[in-house]
Amino acid sequence: MSAVLTIAGTEIRIGVRNRWVLLASIILLVFALLLALLGSAPSGATKADSLSVVVASLSTLSVYLVPLIALLLSFDAIAGEIDRGTLQLTLATPVSRGQVLFGKFVGHVVVLSLAVVLGYGVAGAIVFAAAQNTGMDGIFDLARVISTSLALGATFVAIGYVASVSVRQTGTAAALAVAIWLFTVVLYDLALLGGLLASADGFFAKTLFPYLLVINPADAFRVFNMAAIDAAASTGLAAGGNAMPFLPQLAIISPFVWMVIALGLSTAILRRVQP
Amino acid sequence: MNMVLLTQNVSRRFKDIEALKGVSLDVAAGEKVALLGHNGAGKTTLFRVILGFLRADDGHVCINGQPPGSRLARRDVSYLPEAVAFPKMLTGREIVSFYAKLKNADADEVGSALEKVDLAEAADRRCGGYSKGMRQRLGLAQAIVGNPKLMLLDEPTSGLDPISRQRFYELIGEIAGRGTAVLLSSHGLSELELKTDRVAILRKGEVVANGSLAELQRSANLPIRIRVRSNSDHVESVHSRLGGERVNGESVEFDCPRPDKMDRLSVISQLGKAVSDVDISSPSLDEVYRYFSSDDADRGDAT
Repeated sequence: MSAVLTIAGTEIRIGVRNRWVLLASIILLVFALLLALLGSAPSGATKADSLSVVVASLSTLSVYLVPLIALLLSFDAIAGEIDRGTLQLTLATPVSRGQVLFGKFVGHVVVLSLAVVLGYGVAGAIVFAAAQNTGMDGIFDLARVISTSLALGATFVAIGYVASVSVRQTGTAAALAVAIWLFTVVLYDLALLGGLLASADGFFAKTLFPYLLVINPADAFRVFNMAAIDAAASTGLAAGGNAMPFLPQLAIISPFVWMVIALGLSTAILRRVQP
Repeated sequence: MNMVLLTQNVSRRFKDIEALKGVSLDVAAGEKVALLGHNGAGKTTLFRVILGFLRADDGHVCINGQPPGSRLARRDVSYLPEAVAFPKMLTGREIVSFYAKLKNADADEVGSALEKVDLAEAADRRCGGYSKGMRQRLGLAQAIVGNPKLMLLDEPTSGLDPISRQRFYELIGEIAGRGTAVLLSSHGLSELELKTDRVAILRKGEVVANGSLAELQRSANLPIRIRVRSNSDHVESVHSRLGGERVNGESVEFDCPRPDKMDRLSVISQLGKAVSDVDISSPSLDEVYRYFSSDDADRGDAT
């Protein structure tokens, strides 16, 4: 366990020193504040908690930004260490390969958590202070979107490791990470939309679509949060949430399942890597 | 002798290249062995097999009785790769402390290792600002911690200035003095400055020589070079008696097999006043190394 903590501690130190945490926090904060500003117009006309309205926008923002930040954090984890020669040094010590990967995972998730909590936390505090109609509901909504964003982020950190252990060059790992992001966050949804358009009342829309939606951890995150805010009716893809064949709250299981699969797979591949 | 590293008939192929061919090389506790060879001779491959990163196709490797790559073997081995770039954001102390923790070494060892490699002053600066020599010494510091029984150093002196190199070999001497077996690779014999107990030379994956420097010199049996200084009046007759080449219009130089040395010298002494001086030079370490490592040399068995 001490080896895992040592590796995690070093990753956190590097993440803080190379300004990763700062940069990611600022990006999240700026986007969150932009959305809060744009979202303040409709909230003026409704009774909804201002913060809750912002949180609805934040969960959409998270779907795009958090996986991107997580992948950028993790694609270099193993391929970069092979490139720089440090993996040989680490693996020459008595530490196991599973410990190396898990230590990095813990460290990267902490780095990501610092960024999300700082970025969304500061944005939430500004909205809370500036708006009139805010209360505990809004704070709970914010806490939920932050914690589920962390789960989504951790999942994509683990998926980034699969890319990182599968190739030897950092550049290739980076390209793979961008491809994963593009597929899961953009192309997958477009394909589903295409399917819906093609058979609006058919087997695909009624039976297959809800499952295909939650198989993707990013969409599952969106389904869960939209259902929780009870604003699903107003938001694109998750509109299907009302007609789900299962409780939309269960969708949050999907990122965790992917996290376990990705960590297991990357550990198995790392065991075969020649540093 | 207590052999810390045993390698017997180790072979390893990469597709159509035979990187190691029946390599046998042992290192005893407290012994310093230099592994020499050109780029691509198989030095790094051998290290990677010993570390358990690569599996040998054939043969047997054993580190203190343990198979390579096993947890117990890794506890006893420490390694310095040829090229390593530590995270620039971390200080020297943080890096050494990181590896010390992974090796379950005492925290006190970190400071003393940094002192030994003369990095105590720079220890709390980020290593992004270190010079090449300092980075190399930092690598050595992490290799020292954890009281290893076998140290594998891949070209550890490349990038070091002559004084640091001298200091480096002193340090290796101290470490070996405490019973650590040291196997280090290097490009040339002259660079070793006679600082190791034994030299093994790899050529195209095969051990072509393995012995002390004196043994290597003897078995190479290279001719010595004799330079006879004469004067412009007599150089022609000296040349006709001794053969060889004329140099600068006053001297004659020729190679002479070791057993014939005394005979040749007595011929020279008979030349009387025609000879004003004689220089005899033994083959240099570089020549001995070139003899063993070149492709077309007709080698004797030096092992």
